[in-house]
Amino acid sequence: MAKSAKVPTIIDKPMGFCPGCGHGIAIRLIAECLETLGYDSNVIFGIGVGCSSLLGGGLQTDRLHCPHGRASAVCTAFKRVMPETMVIAYQGDGDAYSIGLSQTTNAMYRNEKFTLFVINNTLYGMTGGQMSSTTMPGQKTSTSPLGRDCGATGLPMRFPEMVASQFNAAYVARGTVINPAHINKLKGYIINALEAQKYNEGYSIVEILAPCPTNWGMTPVNAMAHIQETLIPYYPLGEFKTREKK
Amino acid sequence: MAEIMKGNHAIAEAAVRAGVTFYAGYPITPSSEIMEYLSGRLPELGRVFIQAESEVAGITMVMGAAACGVRALTASSGPGISLKQEGISCISDEELSCVVINVARYGNGLGTLFSSQCDYLRETRGGGNGDYRCIVLCPESVQEAVDLMALAYELSEKYRIVSTLLTEGALGQMMEPCVLPEFIDPPKVSWGFDGKYSYKKVGIFDRNPYQEGIDLRKKHECIKENEQRFETIDVEDADYVFVAYGLPARSVKGAIKELQAEGHKVGLIRLITAWPFPEKAFSVVNSHVKGFISVEASATGQVVEDVALYSKKSGFGHVPAYCLLNIYGIPAIRDTKENFKKIIAGEIKEVF
Ligand SMILES: Cc1ncc(C[n+]2csc(CCOP(=O)(O)OP(=O)(O)O)c2C)c(N)n1
Ligand code: SF4
Repeated sequence: MAKSAKVPTIIDKPMGFCPGCGHGIAIRLIAECLETLGYDSNVIFGIGVGCSSLLGGGLQTDRLHCPHGRASAVCTAFKRVMPETMVIAYQGDGDAYSIGLSQTTNAMYRNEKFTLFVINNTLYGMTGGQMSSTTMPGQKTSTSPLGRDCGATGLPMRFPEMVASQFNAAYVARGTVINPAHINKLKGYIINALEAQKYNEGYSIVEILAPCPTNWGMTPVNAMAHIQETLIPYYPLGEFKTREKK
Repeated sequence: MAEIMKGNHAIAEAAVRAGVTFYAGYPITPSSEIMEYLSGRLPELGRVFIQAESEVAGITMVMGAAACGVRALTASSGPGISLKQEGISCISDEELSCVVINVARYGNGLGTLFSSQCDYLRETRGGGNGDYRCIVLCPESVQEAVDLMALAYELSEKYRIVSTLLTEGALGQMMEPCVLPEFIDPPKVSWGFDGKYSYKKVGIFDRNPYQEGIDLRKKHECIKENEQRFETIDVEDADYVFVAYGLPARSVKGAIKELQAEGHKVGLIRLITAWPFPEKAFSVVNSHVKGFISVEASATGQVVEDVALYSKKSGFGHVPAYCLLNIYGIPAIRDTKENFKKIIAGEIKEVF
């Protein structure tokens, strides 16, 4: 699958991510999947605030930069007004789970029929690497300089697991971008999430564990290894809710 | 044919007839009847109604619908309007069009349920972060509220700006006869998303904030020049000119009739647009006017600031601006008359 060398036509400009950032791979995969499903010219993105917003500079599609954390509310409206159009919320973990938790959870609670992709890099990338709701126990960030103290700040949030266990979503998964095998799997999750929307099955979400070498203070290669060794044990990969067979 | 309708219901039905296809909001007294009405009415017509989880979500949903080019509406009051400021600022930044209804209630913080005009300064100065304004329309009756609804959308789309219908708790709750407008099918706007990227929206990082600032200023100037709306009564030969809007203005109309019968030369400027402020109304005022008197339902005096600014701009810089404040509710005709007499006796001092 991920062999496709052709750049999807909706990607018209380079996006300014740091070397080794996970956002670029995720966006490329989403664009490829939209093309595969024939939705690349029938799609609207609600873009989060954070490095996720760099998507807005690179894709030739309808897209709106949403207030910080509110992409799920914006996408709720997109989908209700334009039910035949593929609607995608693209957000970081800080955007979707910290400031936007209310909008994210309530859209999922209402089972709005759009798809959310959350890039989980365990911190606020764009603003210089502050602690977010998914920062790992003990992880040093610019606002947890001694390492995250979960006794005082809570445990990192596993949002997809919550969606899958508590709510009536159509499709829930977590993938990552650290090697071709994982990328292939992730692409399958993305296709499933978009198909769940295409067939009006309900809300779909894929969380993507992604490196932020810049704010992790690591080389791109070490950042990939960090995901494998530290993040995946806490944030298991896989499908938490699969689509119902019709 | 005139029907007797509750203000909020009449406004909601006028919105339906103005082509509103999307409502999202969160309940708060004294605005809730608007969403209650629309929760049945919009789905009945195949349109969208969403009870949002908060005012923050409600206005942001409106932003999404507005980006798709449909007529979208939200309504609230007091602290609910505060929560909407993030979204209103963002909608203004994106130059989308929508209408926000503020059925104003009195107080800071959670406030009270009393009818009031305490949000005047916030509504006329934008309200959220940044350098934008919203067109603010302030009806004095249920009929006028209903008549302003389609105009609110027309202006909002013409200038790609947020329109606010600034009503008051009492206007939302009272029953009055009104004639509802005809149903209209609004024209399609050019900037609505269609999923096909037909409207080539400029990317976030390709924007030119400096040029946008210049264009915004020009847009504001154009609105100020062309969209002032007001009513004047006998200002041409008045010694004292009252300035008011909404229900207090209606009460002032009663007061000036009685004062005139007693031989006082008084007039009224009634704001229909609070922004743009109707400075043109001052150009027809008696050049020998002795004072302007703002009558408003606030505690600290808000409209009076604009009265002073715009009377100065119109060459009345030396003319005192007084302010009669009844904090909330509608001022009684008797009180306005008594206070007027205190003003001419020098017992109430000017504010500016
Ligand atoms: C209301 C508001 N608060 C704070 C900010 C500053 N801010 C911009 S991006 C961001 C964090 C984004 O982090 P995340 O969603 O994790 O995305 P990433 O940059 O890591 O991709 C913050 C706090 C803002 N733009 N708006
Ligand atoms: S700061 Fe982190 S998330 Fe943002 S572009 Fe750089 S690597 Fe990616």
